[in-house]
Amino acid sequence: MDAVAALPALELPARRAAVRPVTTEPAWVRRTLIALALAFFGLFLLLPLLAVFVEALRKGWAVYLAALVEPDALAALKLTLLAAAIAVPLNLVFGVAAAWAIAKFSFRGKALLLTLIDLPFSVSPVVAGLGLVLLFGGSGWFGAWLAAHEVKILFAVPGIVLATVFVTFPFVARELVPLMQAQGREEEEAAVVLGASGWRTFWHVTLPNVKWGLLYGVILTNARAMGEFGAVSVVSGHIRGQTTTLPLHVEILYNEYQFSAAFAVASLLALLALVTLVVKHAIERRGDFAALRRGSRT
Amino acid sequence: MAVHTGVLPGFRLTLGYTLFYLSLIVLLPVAAVFGKTLELGWGEFVDVVSNPRVLAAYRLSFGAALAAAAIDAVFGLLLAWVLVRYSFPGKRLVDALIDLPFALPTAVAGIALTALYAPNGWLGGWLAALGVKVAFTPLGILVALVFIGIPFVVRTVQPVLEEFEPEFEEAAASLGASRWQVFRHVILPHVLPATVTGFALAFARAVGEYGSVIFIAGNIPFVSEIVPLLIIGQLEQYNEAGATAIATVMLVISFTLLLVINALQAWAARRGGKEQ
Repeated sequence: MDAVAALPALELPARRAAVRPVTTEPAWVRRTLIALALAFFGLFLLLPLLAVFVEALRKGWAVYLAALVEPDALAALKLTLLAAAIAVPLNLVFGVAAAWAIAKFSFRGKALLLTLIDLPFSVSPVVAGLGLVLLFGGSGWFGAWLAAHEVKILFAVPGIVLATVFVTFPFVARELVPLMQAQGREEEEAAVVLGASGWRTFWHVTLPNVKWGLLYGVILTNARAMGEFGAVSVVSGHIRGQTTTLPLHVEILYNEYQFSAAFAVASLLALLALVTLVVKHAIERRGDFAALRRGSRT
Repeated sequence: MAVHTGVLPGFRLTLGYTLFYLSLIVLLPVAAVFGKTLELGWGEFVDVVSNPRVLAAYRLSFGAALAAAAIDAVFGLLLAWVLVRYSFPGKRLVDALIDLPFALPTAVAGIALTALYAPNGWLGGWLAALGVKVAFTPLGILVALVFIGIPFVVRTVQPVLEEFEPEFEEAAASLGASRWQVFRHVILPHVLPATVTGFALAFARAVGEYGSVIFIAGNIPFVSEIVPLLIIGQLEQYNEAGATAIATVMLVISFTLLLVINALQAWAARRGGKEQ
């Protein structure tokens, strides 16, 4: 009896002392772990990023700007923008169509379809480029036909676009499918029952719900499209001023030992990466998007 | 289950378009690689893939990818833990920049890492004084692959840690477990599926990585020549058959990894679901 009566009085200070170490570690452990994590972060992420800008400006602003406005660099920039301008809308339309079919309907083979959509994530970009060579090259499946009709895909802009579309294929679909699955189909069904057309339902009911997820997928697609190197490198043929994208232009300059120029062009791509991260972070911090994503994971 | 169309329209159109576009963009090039391999015949295929230089490249690509993914698993878990559990100055910047390897073009990463680790580079000079050579050796490849893979682990583990209820830790502690025991027996089993998934994703990406590696690798046959570079080398010599045979092995492994990752994600989802 005595012991029981004494318990509440004893428990309070005991809890105060015990709860803290339960949800966190001693200060020295915390500090060590933070220091280790920050050391890794600095060494592997921050330092390479800094290196790009420092190396780019090593020979001063004049050299930096000259590298950016040089005709081959401008041509590469134009081609990079063109490839992204084609790849992003194509994969956006695909992603929306795939997400609608997968999230709003049930059918056999859905798991297999999702696996196949992920395929470009795990296929080496170089192997993807090789596939295009085997299709459209001189001795490829369509090689003879293309030659007879004087259509050039390989070592030309269409090949670069196809390679870019391949490597950025899953991003929008991968982002939208879980979001639209988490939402269910009740809202859309209500709209359709009330007489809205399928298109109108999508435009006014589905799209507002997933717009941030859509934008998220688009910026990831765009970043990868503008930065792709391996797949594009295989199909480009490296014709200066004609079939070189910005990353390929960086490679050419670097291999010619024009390091400052290579890093100057690279710094443009690094800026693009930073803008991508800022937009991505801003979307992630939106409450509605975060809640939807959390919902889609369970 | 049979096709459930319900009242919503557009099933045939969207699924049809999805299958058409998937076949055209992804399946056709992949099929071309397999098709070309079938033309080769078994003997020729084995000849190419069992060439010592090719075998050395496979060993290097898979070994380096495995080691890099393991390093990423450890430091990815650490970064996720620190970002979820602790507060420190600059935390938001760190959190945002974790995705840098996703956003930074691989060629840019490649030349930046080379500038750091080359013998006359920022870190290379210090390391050379210690007798460690990073750039133009397999160690350089490892550095590039660790960079490429780190966000995969952090971003798969982070949400799992965020949703982990402290009640489990409190229960374990109230039963007398030390902090280390709580971590080892309560937290670690919970985040293990996500960590392994992140490891597999980082590994799959690292095996096929090209852009960030070729600048820092030095590309010396038998020493620092990765498989994707070998494929490009074969293509440049107009040896499509050789390139295809080497690539087919990579593709088969990619497919296997994809299936393993799917199974891992299902495992992680089941683990997460149980605790809900």
